[in-house]
Amino acid sequence: MIYREAGQFKSTYASDQAVFPILQDRVIAGLVLVAAVIAVPLVANEYWLQAVLIPFLIYALAALGLNLLTGYAGQVSLGTGGFMAVGAYAAFKITSAFPGLNIVVAFLLAGLAAALVGVLFGIPSLRIKGFYLAVATLAAQFFLIWLFNKVAWFTNYASSGTITAPPRRMLGIMVTGPEATAPVRYLVALGLVALFAVIAKNLVRGRVGRSWMAIRDRDIAAEIIGVRPLRTKLLAFAISSFFCGVAGAEYVFLYLGSAETLAFDINVSFLVLFMVIIGGLGSVLGSFLGAAFIVMVPILLTNAPHLLGLAMPVALQKQIELMVFGGLIVAFLIVEPHGLARLWQVAKDKLRLWPFPY
Amino acid sequence: MLDLLHAVLVAPFKDMAGSPTFLVEVLIGGLAAGLMYSLVALGFVLIYKASGVFNFAQGVMVLFAALTLVGLIERGAPLVVALALTTAVMVALAFAIERVVLRPLVNQEQIILFMATIGLNFFLEGFGEFAWGSDVKKLDVGIPDTSFMVWGVQVNRLELTAAITAAVLVAIMAVFFQRTRVGRALRAVADDHEAALSIGIPLNTIWIVVWSVAGLVAIVAGIMWGAKSGVQFSLSLIALKALPVLILGGFTSVPGAIVGGLIIGTGEKLAEVYWGPLVGGAIENWFAYMLALAFLLVRPQGLFGEKIIERV
Repeated sequence: MIYREAGQFKSTYASDQAVFPILQDRVIAGLVLVAAVIAVPLVANEYWLQAVLIPFLIYALAALGLNLLTGYAGQVSLGTGGFMAVGAYAAFKITSAFPGLNIVVAFLLAGLAAALVGVLFGIPSLRIKGFYLAVATLAAQFFLIWLFNKVAWFTNYASSGTITAPPRRMLGIMVTGPEATAPVRYLVALGLVALFAVIAKNLVRGRVGRSWMAIRDRDIAAEIIGVRPLRTKLLAFAISSFFCGVAGAEYVFLYLGSAETLAFDINVSFLVLFMVIIGGLGSVLGSFLGAAFIVMVPILLTNAPHLLGLAMPVALQKQIELMVFGGLIVAFLIVEPHGLARLWQVAKDKLRLWPFPY
Repeated sequence: MLDLLHAVLVAPFKDMAGSPTFLVEVLIGGLAAGLMYSLVALGFVLIYKASGVFNFAQGVMVLFAALTLVGLIERGAPLVVALALTTAVMVALAFAIERVVLRPLVNQEQIILFMATIGLNFFLEGFGEFAWGSDVKKLDVGIPDTSFMVWGVQVNRLELTAAITAAVLVAIMAVFFQRTRVGRALRAVADDHEAALSIGIPLNTIWIVVWSVAGLVAIVAGIMWGAKSGVQFSLSLIALKALPVLILGGFTSVPGAIVGGLIIGTGEKLAEVYWGPLVGGAIENWFAYMLALAFLLVRPQGLFGEKIIERV
């Protein structure tokens, strides 16, 4: 960065292995967090919170989950939407069965349910890998969506087939349901995603993350040096699905308010996969950058004609949006296949030496 | 419990034995649907074989080909001219894809190339709609969608034509791959990129050829699908149905694509008709994947796929 780490000596292992080893980085991270907690709810209006920030945080959590699985453990999954649906429906069933339960606890339990399902659908990964596995995870996607559509028990026999977030309070404040204000929902989503980002960061630099990366880089070699593939892969599926499940529960409870299975169709899986790839495979920061990118691009594309003063029919706008989106993805992969996280790294390295590059 | 077992294991077979003509009709319907999947899967296999790219955009290429054809016919072009123009468009598309997407991404990991084709998928979908409009169109190629009776069994003319077309297509491709110079080069590239390059096979040309051939297969598939169910955007979803066909047949095998398609098509129809009512129907959406998944557990490389040999 523009600041230097000169003079900051690491005299203990703890300081050497800190997440942010440089003082300035710690300060900046702290400032960002403070700004996100205090300034954003005060400054941002309803539209920004509801249309941009809340989906961004939720997608970031899902992307984080998928990144653990695909980026770190190397198992490509196209079932993210399905696992998110498990989280959403589990949260719905849990909150309707235990009305007094704390909503965050309900989210976590929903995550556990998703983790169980994830392990179940992760079992084939022991036999197959690569694209075969990707296609196999599509089975999870289609089967789960079908299941939630067909079995009325999941929606409490609602004739419309939708699940609706029930009004729930936490510390006396309405957190979900129609009366919950956008800033409150934003803060809950922010808290959860921050917590899980810290957990993910610590997972991937610890023993678990290293065994994941060993499996990703060369599974047979990893097996030979004593990484147990069964446990490692299934753990990756479990934790990844846990993250996705919590994200799915938030998606309905904090963002949409009510949803049917359509909200979790195959496009969601692709969207989250895009976030991971564009953000950067195998990077916690990348999940956030990718989610921000994918959430922002359609909004920009929708609003750009208005800003330029062009009136455009909705259909044409949709088509152009698809084309630009597809084109952007291809262009992005060509320019930087390792994603936004790598771009950020490169920029940081350049800035570190700036203005004297040698 | 016994009732359940009876309903799952015995009753469907009783039904089958009860009316064999109906069973045959279901089987034929399944085979026909399977052939359609095969036609899409064929395009996937061609591209995967020659370039190692898992081309997610194949389904949209089918749609795009059909849209172009219908659009040209609607603008008054005779069928033959429209067909020729569509072919030209698909070849041009192959050139463009090779130049814009593949060449800059040489030597990238497979997942990156796969993502690029998903981007391509979005782009083509938007572009197709942009160029030809988004309403459902009827594609009429002069084959009536009617049935005739053979030994008391209904056979659909269109499906029969599709079957014959697919058979001819596969035969042509087998000859092309085995007997021609370009076909040999394609197989060489599929075997080993670097070795092929070192004996002077131009990789870029091969890619253009293979994407063009996949484009032609897409036209055939597009015509068949379009004639059957109209040209509409749900067509691109059949690409997803082609995926279990692929894993069943093996990513690298042309016969695998055909046989896999037939198995998936019939299995799906049989399951839907005989077992579907037990769980409320509409199991067609995921049954193919489950079938492929179960199969993979036994044979990870698919029916005809190359044996996966792993080294450290």
